[in-house]
Amino acid sequence: MAGTASRLHRSEQRWALAFVAAPVIGYLLFTLYPVCFAVYASLTNWNGLGVMRFVGLDNYVRLFTDANFLESLYNTFFYMIGIPIGLAVSLALAVAMNRKIVGLTAFRTIYYVPVISSLAAIAILWQWAYNGDFGLVNQALALVGIDGPNWLASTFWAKPAIILMAIWKGLGFSMILYLAAIQSVPRSLYEAAQLDGANGWQRFRTITLPLVRPVTFFLVVTNVIAGAQLFTEINIMTPTGGPEYSTASAVWHIWRQAFRYQQMGYATAMAIVLGLLILIITLIQFRLNRRNSFAID
Amino acid sequence: MSLTTAPSRDPRSRNAPSRKTAGRTPMSRTTSTRIGDWLVFVLLAAGAIVMVAPLVWMFSTSLKTKTEVFALPPVWIPEVPQWDTYVRMWQDSNILTGFQNSFIVAATVTVLGMITCSMAAFAIAKMRLPFRNLIFIGMLTGIMIPYPTLMIPQFVMFSRIGWVDTLLPLIVPAIFGNILVIFFLRQYLENVPNSIIEAAKIDGANFWQIFWRLIFPIIRPAVAAQFILWFMMIWNDYLAPILYLNTPERQTLQVVIANMNVQYATQRDYPLIMGASFVALLPILAVFLIFQRQIIESVALSGTKG
Repeated sequence: MAGTASRLHRSEQRWALAFVAAPVIGYLLFTLYPVCFAVYASLTNWNGLGVMRFVGLDNYVRLFTDANFLESLYNTFFYMIGIPIGLAVSLALAVAMNRKIVGLTAFRTIYYVPVISSLAAIAILWQWAYNGDFGLVNQALALVGIDGPNWLASTFWAKPAIILMAIWKGLGFSMILYLAAIQSVPRSLYEAAQLDGANGWQRFRTITLPLVRPVTFFLVVTNVIAGAQLFTEINIMTPTGGPEYSTASAVWHIWRQAFRYQQMGYATAMAIVLGLLILIITLIQFRLNRRNSFAID
Repeated sequence: MSLTTAPSRDPRSRNAPSRKTAGRTPMSRTTSTRIGDWLVFVLLAAGAIVMVAPLVWMFSTSLKTKTEVFALPPVWIPEVPQWDTYVRMWQDSNILTGFQNSFIVAATVTVLGMITCSMAAFAIAKMRLPFRNLIFIGMLTGIMIPYPTLMIPQFVMFSRIGWVDTLLPLIVPAIFGNILVIFFLRQYLENVPNSIIEAAKIDGANFWQIFWRLIFPIIRPAVAAQFILWFMMIWNDYLAPILYLNTPERQTLQVVIANMNVQYATQRDYPLIMGASFVALLPILAVFLIFQRQIIESVALSGTKG
């Protein structure tokens, strides 16, 4: 009896292994092996074709003195200013959409269209919308009497321009998640607070905000991970990294070093540093989140 | 008149009892919420204009003449719409091959990838799987490693076997499965009772039959939702395609429009650039408008559960 059971179990285990075989093999071939290879390549001087000359930690020392890499890292973090702004706006939108008003479905669709749109096409659109001569943005500003800058050519305005575009594109996504979270809050909770005389802002602060916390956490984590990998907008809107490298992102800089200048070893070292930075920041966020949720309990 | 419109326009009346218990006159509360609703409507409408205006401008610019593009005050509706732009763009560009290549990549990856993902999710959620913890840790680390860290070694791997300038590096790694899709399907399978699987086992079905005849039909809604999202993601991908695809006829649509952007900007042919980018948006836009309810619901679900 026990023999048949274990034989059946063994057969089930074989089936199970066969079912997960594809992702496991994919992981070994396209993630684990490349990572190991990257670690080794980052310790070499290598153009991608010729011999890999072992140079120890030279590449890692070099990147700390590479002004362009440091600038691109700084820019990458600078862009993240857009994350809290975007989340605040999308939460406000979600709260607004939680009311029963006319045309709700239409609004939801309209706000979501930029999310599904191709980033390349959107970047092309905004590149010209920011144009100083005929761009939509300055035309709109002219309506209220403001003479807009030539956004992407200005060391000061280029970064805010890219942030603005990213907020515009991502708004719908966060809004949908917030809306789903808000709609799952039981109505009775708000009604009870209303009975206790809480006004709209108090109800928002004490009920809505704490209850959407998990969504906020999820959005911050995923937005930071995605923001750290910003590339498409930069490469399309500012093909040379912007005035004085002021828009270059870390991934853009890595891509350029690897595929334009064939500095494969050095670029790999930068890519590993970027990967580690993302990992560390994500772990810190999980750490902080755990502490905060204890504080609330 | 007011009698006929009142019920449909005012769904708030459902909450009327609770308002009365709030101790104020129902009359004033209703008026204040109505004003609030109007204010919110106006704000949302203003926001909606900001969301749509760039896309409308894109379309409108594509129909302008080269001089109208620079006209001041700006022209929103071109005098004579230059539909010719949409004829011209197919002639000496690679938009058509771009469409074909993007479709080949996205369709192959999603169809084959969804099968591998569903099988893996079934094994993880419902079967006795050896090394389960090891596999789990592997998958978690897989999520944590960003593509830019992998792109250089992967590129070198594929260039050694001669796959550069083909669609294979975009297809082959992806059909082995996507970890996030597997996690989502596994989550969905948690709600499927084990008893139906046990019953099928007693009936003598093997696991392939259980998967294909029993499990796959059950998880089909989740598979469909993930299928659409994944298809859009691959269709819109830009970084991997520009690494691998050099020959213009072999490029995916996103790379084609990005190159047209550079090429035609020197000729100041902005209508053509805008038209090409607009055309590139259309297929996904159409898919979204058809399946918007399912797409938005599955996004909300994967975000709040994940």
